[in-house]
Amino acid sequence: MRIYGRLGDRLFSAFLLALGLAVLFIAGLLAWELWLGGRQAFATFGFFPFARGTAWDAVKGNFGAWPFIVGTVITSAAALALSFLPSLAAAIVIAEYTPRWLGEIVAYLVDLLAALPSVVYGLWGIFVLVPLVRDHLEMPLFLWAGEHAPGLLGALGAPIGTGMLAAVLVLSLMIIPYSSALARDAIRLVPREQREAMYALGATRWEVVRRVVLPYARGGIFAGMVLALARAIGETMAVTMLIGNSAKLPYSVFGPAATMSSVIANEFTEADGGLHLSSLVAVGFLLLLLSLLVNLAAEFMLRRMAVGEGRK
Amino acid sequence: MELRMETRDLSIYYGTNAGVKGVSLPIYDHRITALIGPSGCGKTTYLRALNRMHDLNPIVRIEGDVLLDGESIYAPKVDPVVIRRRVGMVFQRPTPFPTMSIFDNVVAGLRLIGVKDRRRLAQAAERALDQAALWEEVKDRLRQPAAGLSGGQQQRISIARALAVEPEVLLMDEPTSALDPISTQAIEDLLVRLKEQVTVVIVTHNMQQAARVSDYTAFFLNGEMIEFGPTEKIFTNPADERTEAYITGRFG
Amino acid sequence: MNLRRRYLRDRLMMVGLALGTLLVLLPLLFILAHVFIEGIGALNWNFFTKPPKPPGESGGGMLPAIVGTFYIDLMALAMGGLLGLGGGVLMAEYPDHPINRPLRLVANVLGGVPAILMGLFAFVVVVEPLGGFSAFSGAVALAVLMIPIIMRSTEEVLKLLPWELREAGLALGLPRWRVTLSLILPAAKGGIITGLLLALARAAGEAAPLLFTAFGNQFLSFDPLGPMDSLPLKIYVYAISPYEDWVKQAWGAALLLALLLMLTNFLARRAMRKR
Repeated sequence: MRIYGRLGDRLFSAFLLALGLAVLFIAGLLAWELWLGGRQAFATFGFFPFARGTAWDAVKGNFGAWPFIVGTVITSAAALALSFLPSLAAAIVIAEYTPRWLGEIVAYLVDLLAALPSVVYGLWGIFVLVPLVRDHLEMPLFLWAGEHAPGLLGALGAPIGTGMLAAVLVLSLMIIPYSSALARDAIRLVPREQREAMYALGATRWEVVRRVVLPYARGGIFAGMVLALARAIGETMAVTMLIGNSAKLPYSVFGPAATMSSVIANEFTEADGGLHLSSLVAVGFLLLLLSLLVNLAAEFMLRRMAVGEGRK
Repeated sequence: MELRMETRDLSIYYGTNAGVKGVSLPIYDHRITALIGPSGCGKTTYLRALNRMHDLNPIVRIEGDVLLDGESIYAPKVDPVVIRRRVGMVFQRPTPFPTMSIFDNVVAGLRLIGVKDRRRLAQAAERALDQAALWEEVKDRLRQPAAGLSGGQQQRISIARALAVEPEVLLMDEPTSALDPISTQAIEDLLVRLKEQVTVVIVTHNMQQAARVSDYTAFFLNGEMIEFGPTEKIFTNPADERTEAYITGRFG
Repeated sequence: MNLRRRYLRDRLMMVGLALGTLLVLLPLLFILAHVFIEGIGALNWNFFTKPPKPPGESGGGMLPAIVGTFYIDLMALAMGGLLGLGGGVLMAEYPDHPINRPLRLVANVLGGVPAILMGLFAFVVVVEPLGGFSAFSGAVALAVLMIPIIMRSTEEVLKLLPWELREAGLALGLPRWRVTLSLILPAAKGGIITGLLLALARAAGEAAPLLFTAFGNQFLSFDPLGPMDSLPLKIYVYAISPYEDWVKQAWGAALLLALLLMLTNFLARRAMRKR
């Protein structure tokens, strides 16, 4: 092979290899540096005691990540639960029910909204959603509970607007375009023959969707939802702006809370003392582990639930 | 000879292109009618008009009429869902539903119309699989996924699924073109036996197949129906020279 | 026959699906409309040409943030683009290279890492060693964010090209590097540019990675090693500030940023279609 011997080829592939190695190096370094940065916290408290610790007190120098882990899991799971059906509905409508041109327009709108930055959602949340939620959702519920079910008041929390509920609502709006686009792609991959075969048996449109299209696309749909969950877990700015940032367990529905990413965003530049800083990086390391876990779960689902030619 | 279906001056347009031009054709009860012709001649397009599959594609426009038992299937009050239940279809490529078991595939049509009784479903599945000459091969693994079967078996699953709802007419769009010779043989054999239950319209590009299985043959060319008659006559003594040219292999 | 009931269910589901879609589209359109209405009033001459005034004083503008956004994002694109393209070309053009398996894994994994962790990373490896916040560290954080996006899109578009194209080039006696550089890359130019622009749009909206890297700066700065402002950062800071004029400017900045991102996305789509 004459061409492989040429100097130019060697230089070129060496250059590409160097770039590839640099990418690998950066990825490795990212995990390593987060581990290293959090080491002081892990060493002081122990890995699991730190993860399960419920105190977060910069003054006393006592740190535990559990309130943020709980906050992250609750907000992102709730956001996913809220957005699951609407985003699936939008995906089905775009892919199955509208003529191609209309579907394209709606899909374009949805993509557009996926491109809106997190801070813009946060800004809108602060000035539009929070007053709305406070006056028309939290206040009435709170007053109702005060009269009829005082036992619920603690779980509801103070109706101040900023807090868990506002964060969850904005978060679910933010992940809808994403999960909807992924579900739409999965549905469009269902072969036309599959639909026609069901129609030819005398099925209505909904029956075709329910019995053929959704089962066939389930792998892609669920993987998309899990990826949306991963998005929600890592989402920072809008949550930081809306959640009220309180590091205390237990969380209430309306009340302030914090997530792993929001506490980092909120406290990092103000952190004094090595231990506080290290604890924040350690929270970052835990966040890295959590998001890797969820992404791997999505990959696994896609493979496990795949249907058709891809699986034999 | 009783008439089961009939098309009258049927034209099918894709946008402004006519895929089928003014075809009038009788389809006799309990007989096999074969549609032959070179690729792109409109035979598949014609076939799909017989159970309103074109409804799924908004750019297709249909003129003329299709009668089933003397009544138009395109009349305003007629429901395509009902028509498709009476006029079943088997496609070129096997289309088992991959998320369903063999059993669920076969009874999918019955489940649609609300049959829930297990005994009835089991009986219908056995009967349909038997008609499709598949019962012996799959009776011990009805709960396994249909995707695990061979191509020929998958196509017979598709046929059994279409038969399970007891259609009056079965449309087949080149049902053996994706199969090996042995599976093709099995399906041709079962076609001849099927005549007792249903009326069959089969599109095929394989002239030997048409000659072997069908009672009547229609020759299509460029969207027009050139000649229709008893299969024997079409293949031995065609009236039109284009038909003769085609069956003797001079084009297409 | 229970056809009536089946049709009823069909209709009901259609209504349900339509309602679900509206539930998705209405709030989102509402946000867009709100950003536009609130933001348009803030976009004036000062907004584009003046640095911010001290807290509490009204007036002033976004010039440092606008300039900083372009500065940091383009610097990030240069770094992330080089590494991402390199990785993508490697994966597509040398399919059996042993480095490809780990590289593909990294492209997937890195794509799922929350953006704020890129900021932490850049803080630890750039800000701390250099002893201060800097535009460069912000660009590093955004570049890491872009790498997996660019890598995957580059690999995808290159793999769409028929393998015969490479063989045709090699058969002409061209060395492999010439085939890649003067045959493959030009043929995939549109798709590659699309990937670069989408990565840029994704990174340009992020404030989280910049919080403790670029940090923000009230003054116009061109120093890569000094702190620098950026639109997403400014929106965050102004949104949570108590000053009415700042909030108004935050809306203006949100509108400007949204328009810039839409433009980038639009250009990305066009590049793909033109090829």
